Amino acid sequence: MPEVTIDWYIALSVILFTIGSLGVLLRRNAIIIFMSVEMMLNSANLAFVAFARHLGDLDGQVLVFFVITVAAAEVAVGLALIVAIFRTKKTINIDDMNLLKG
Amino acid sequence: MGNPIIFLLLAVVAIGSAIGMLTSQNAVHSALYLVLNFATIGIFYIVLNAPFIAMVQITVYAGAIMVLFLFVIMLLGAEQLRGVTDVHGGERVHRAVAGLLAAVLLLASALLLFQSEAPTTAAPMLDTSPTALGLRLFAGYVFPFEVTGLLLLASMIGVFIFGKTKKRGKDA
Repeated sequence: MPEVTIDWYIALSVILFTIGSLGVLLRRNAIIIFMSVEMMLNSANLAFVAFARHLGDLDGQVLVFFVITVAAAEVAVGLALIVAIFRTKKTINIDDMNLLKG
Repeated sequence: MGNPIIFLLLAVVAIGSAIGMLTSQNAVHSALYLVLNFATIGIFYIVLNAPFIAMVQITVYAGAIMVLFLFVIMLLGAEQLRGVTDVHGGERVHRAVAGLLAAVLLLASALLLFQSEAPTTAAPMLDTSPTALGLRLFAGYVFPFEVTGLLLLASMIGVFIFGKTKKRGKDA
């Protein structure tokens, strides 16, 4: 029976990060793009906690708190932005958000 | 760092729910898949000797943040926006480029991972109780903690400003 090492967790974290980045690149629904960003933040958190366990250092777990706080603030502002855009444009398809295009 | 069978089972659930989130046509299904993904990662935190982080993950992420997402999805009625399967025009090119980028990211990470010469044995278990975490937080991270408070205040004010509706009949 192979032993679970830090590599397994890093590999899982990389896979989840890649799926999240694919979500950002492929989806057109702004809310789903936000969810994909959340998943990327979560994969980074998983790597942090795995390293904290591997190195026997609590700092990794403390950093996860800051990441979670920033993610919560980002979600609140981002969803408020999406609601504000929806009020004026009646859509959250990012292809329709092109007012800044020259 | 855990039993391999449990790790593989949880990893399959985590990756499967992530792919489910990516491919669901219905945004509500995507959000529910993401809740499953967050819960699985919470179990990983317990396996990794981080019980307090696991509880924060469940309450803050799978609870509060995802409720916010579901609330906004249902408020806007945005469930049925176009998914990944309906492709048109030059979108195939975009999709191929995105897939290529993802493959490069995965390959580069795999190469780095296999070349690493870090020790594979984990350190002994630490005391990761909320008390120990709190002591560590306020011993070495007081300034980041204050900045985080400022960030939360700024985001709260920002949300108020974005959410404000202009009063009719008056100049804003």
